[in-house]
Amino acid sequence: MANVETKPVVHEEDLLIEEYGYDDHFHEHHHGDKYQSNFITTYIFSQDHKMIAKQFLITGMFWAIVGAAMSLIFRLQLGFPEENMAWLKPLLGKWITVNEAGIGSLAPEFYYALVTMHGTILVFFVLTAGLSGTFANFLIPLQIGARDMASPFLNMLSYWFFFLSGLIMFLSLFLNTGPFSGGWTAYPPLSALPQASSGSGAGMTLWLLSLVFFVVSVLLGGINYITTILNLRTKGMSMWRMPLTIWALFVTAILGLLSFPVLVSAFLLVMFDRGLGTSFFLSEIFIGGQALDHVGGSPVLYQHLFWFLGHPEVYIIILPAMGLVSEVLSVHSRKPIFGYKAMVYSILAIGFLSFIVWAHHMFMSGVNPFISNFFVIFTLIIAVPSAVKVFNWIATLYGGNVRFTAASLFAIGFVSMFISGGLTGIFLGNSAIDIQLHDTYFVVAHFHIVMGVAAFFGMFAGIYNWFPKMFGRFMNETLGKIHFWGTIIGAYAVFWPMHYLGMAGVPRRYYRFDSFAAFGQFDAMNQFITIAAIVTFGFQVLFVINFFYSIWKGRKMTSRNPWGATTLEWTTPLEPGHGNWPGKLPTVQRWAYDYGKDGKEFIPQIQPLEEGEKEGH
Amino acid sequence: MTALLATICLILISIIVVQIGKVTELAGKIRGEEEVQEQSNKRHANYSLIFMVLFLAATLVSAWYYKDSMLWYGPNESASEHGSSLDSIFNITLFFTGLVFIITQILLFYFAWKYRGQRGRKALYMPHDNRLEVIWTVIPAIVMTFLVVGGLDAWNEVMADVDPNEEYIEIEGTGYQFAWHLRYPGPDGKLGTRDYRLVSGTNPLGQDWTDPKNLDDFHPSEIYLPVGKKVRVRITARDVLHNFYLPHFRVKMDAVPGMPTYFVFTPKTTTEEYRRKLGALNLNGEPMYPEWHEPVDPSDPESPKKFEAFDFELACAELCGEGHYAMRRVVKIVSEGEYQDWLSKQQPYYESTIKGTDDDPYKEEAAPESEVESQPEEAEPETPQTTETTE
Ligand code: HEM
Ligand SMILES: [Cu+2]
Ligand SMILES: [Cu+2]
Repeated sequence: MANVETKPVVHEEDLLIEEYGYDDHFHEHHHGDKYQSNFITTYIFSQDHKMIAKQFLITGMFWAIVGAAMSLIFRLQLGFPEENMAWLKPLLGKWITVNEAGIGSLAPEFYYALVTMHGTILVFFVLTAGLSGTFANFLIPLQIGARDMASPFLNMLSYWFFFLSGLIMFLSLFLNTGPFSGGWTAYPPLSALPQASSGSGAGMTLWLLSLVFFVVSVLLGGINYITTILNLRTKGMSMWRMPLTIWALFVTAILGLLSFPVLVSAFLLVMFDRGLGTSFFLSEIFIGGQALDHVGGSPVLYQHLFWFLGHPEVYIIILPAMGLVSEVLSVHSRKPIFGYKAMVYSILAIGFLSFIVWAHHMFMSGVNPFISNFFVIFTLIIAVPSAVKVFNWIATLYGGNVRFTAASLFAIGFVSMFISGGLTGIFLGNSAIDIQLHDTYFVVAHFHIVMGVAAFFGMFAGIYNWFPKMFGRFMNETLGKIHFWGTIIGAYAVFWPMHYLGMAGVPRRYYRFDSFAAFGQFDAMNQFITIAAIVTFGFQVLFVINFFYSIWKGRKMTSRNPWGATTLEWTTPLEPGHGNWPGKLPTVQRWAYDYGKDGKEFIPQIQPLEEGEKEGH
Repeated sequence: MTALLATICLILISIIVVQIGKVTELAGKIRGEEEVQEQSNKRHANYSLIFMVLFLAATLVSAWYYKDSMLWYGPNESASEHGSSLDSIFNITLFFTGLVFIITQILLFYFAWKYRGQRGRKALYMPHDNRLEVIWTVIPAIVMTFLVVGGLDAWNEVMADVDPNEEYIEIEGTGYQFAWHLRYPGPDGKLGTRDYRLVSGTNPLGQDWTDPKNLDDFHPSEIYLPVGKKVRVRITARDVLHNFYLPHFRVKMDAVPGMPTYFVFTPKTTTEEYRRKLGALNLNGEPMYPEWHEPVDPSDPESPKKFEAFDFELACAELCGEGHYAMRRVVKIVSEGEYQDWLSKQQPYYESTIKGTDDDPYKEEAAPESEVESQPEEAEPETPQTTETTE
């Protein structure tokens, strides 16, 4: 159970830091705190990593709500295609077409725009920026014992490029021709030719622009995270003493740095094909009554470039969640994470392998089938470190004294989701099976469970766990737990049935299913999924209410270390100012997972080893 | 109006829930944090266990309920020869992953329940165990090897191109926004050359009419194929990416502008046989698959039953624009005799549409020697007849 401090007069941490800490003369340099002197530098153009983290989080939440609302609209179309949608006309305007009988229906091109925006927003804005941006910024300096990021200024720019990117994407929603509608993967020629689809005109231009700015944001952030982790660890914080959150965020940043530039190159080439008449991805096209001049390009080349980012990207999304979950599971089972080193090696293995599996998204794209052999092998190898992680999480619970909180529940839920979704990857990674399953709802089920829902669960676990450190108050636990049970049941209800649709062959990205006898037999299931999605969305509203209510009205944090955790962030004052520690920097004396050692509930990382005590792992 | 009502409901529910939250927090203050935490541990540990049982039950029951849509079983059996090898790998994978799924989900929630926090209990200090790590690295690795070998074996066989010496039928499917255009090679067995710059309203595929191989090619509106014969589909696209997808035959391949692709398969079940299977009765004389016995038109009970109207379908499985969801063509698998009968009724596109027009390079002269037999004018290539066996 949490140690309850009653009178916060003298903190044991402060004494330890005073005794063993490292004096970097921080306060002699920072008289008057130029960083947080007025409203604008405190809340808007802040250079404090903790504020930037909150900016990423709240912007991410905004996008999550927008993206989820879009999915409800297209789910209504899929579940109830005959239903009257005229009531959405005030919101969607001309994208709802109303017939003579007064029945409104969603225009197919707007259905595709919604699907595309939903994917882009969730993958990039929410699960990349919202997740990494929040927790890398918040936790890296706090957990490695640094005053701030290596470059607070680049860090600030990283947020504002993200903001700009989002702004451009948002504007594209209001274009007369609609936002881009060719899928979040934006395969040319569909994405390259304005004649091919109304969203491929101005919509695509803004989409490309937005994502280029987004990549700038990721790179600025990534360079900063890597530099900070490599250079600003406090005394004693060797790599092997870093919490798994930091390891995960570290590898995530490296993946981003190596793969996002490739995406930009693909985007630049698409821009050239669109604007300058080049033919990187276009060849022998007859469209709109006209034969185009482009010859010699290859649409498959774009797919290689895209998935060279795209596959690492899915790990960029899941690794931070894995890190958060490892930490939360360990803290709340009051036990060291099981197999710390195996966890680190599997993160590294996953990170490395994620660069050599990209073409498993392209088994049926016309690449030489022989090449697919290699990608099948590497893809299925990735399942091994993934499995190791799952077994280690389960073993962490074994023999624990598990404290059920909203955070730990979401961490357990994460493991459940990761198992369910990871296992379906084994079907898809085997190219022979992928012949049938590619581009069906089976894939939709796979990646929503393993990436979408699981990453959200990791994020929720992180938010519930670190909210007190972020805002000095707790989120309401009861509401958090209701949120958890509603979400795990709802999410499985939404995505589990999609496996059956996929096995029956129903393709993804269909505006309606009744044009085919083979795909049109699942009306009841589609209605069920839509209703489940609406209910699940309702539970997220609960979360949002809880979040904002708690920022101002939540139960106050009275002790510094409410969860009884070992890591450095809990040695800071209740509301840490700029520089995180008021006096000396803490130094690290042991690894991050001394829970239950030698009969002690937990031993903070700043506590020196006893005489003759051996370090944990 | 409904939206307004829904919003109001939502707000009301939210207020109630926030109040519940507040009340529980207050109760916590009164009873002491530790006490509350312990009770909460117990409650949610129990919920975890209940969730685990219900969740696993739901997965198993729903899998049973939807078994008809699973690969290999009942109505979703493959109608092509290679399809069964693929379906069997699917099922082997399903077996292994299903086992792992059940075991790990049980352990996860069971441990959470068993080791719920209790006052006075101490957690085990158990940071690692290298033997365990080795075991659970090696076992998945072995299972993966097994799956990979089986998978790649099938993959390389399925994806192999035809051997030029063997007998096969070549057909062509071309995706465009938003339909499939089909082409058969005609009696010479060879598809004529195409050039995308020749595409026009009357020449949808850009066939080069100076190539004699083109003169007998015909453009049916449905795919007709004889059962048991190897087919090589040449897959092309005219504008953007499409994907030639025959769900019942486990055939799927992108159609790429500028780069023809192919897929080779052998149909093993005729449309009639498949219909019979869907309509089959069990020993008690009841339908095996009742969903296929419903009338096609739900408002008209007299309309044919679904299994009687069943057809194999060709779909598009790569997003190609706003009409992507409706690129349907019917596929008919028939006996060799019916197939020949159907072939003899087809009229070359050149004959029906090009000959004698300004597009015809032979307008001034007689067409060059070709094996094309001229067809009676009435034979409409666009509407193939449902054929009865003539032999
Ligand atoms: C056990 C390991 C995994 C394997 C073997 C695997 C395999 C695959 C394969 C082969 C596909 C392509 C399916 C197709 O389009 O036909 C796929 C799709 C996908 N996977 Fe996984 N996967 C695994 C884990 C993950 C994880 C951990 C994530 C994310 C965190 C993920 C995210 C995705 C996404 C987003 C897609 C779909 C992309 C799209 O087409 O829009 N997968 N997976
Ligand atoms: Cu991938
Ligand atoms: Cu399509």
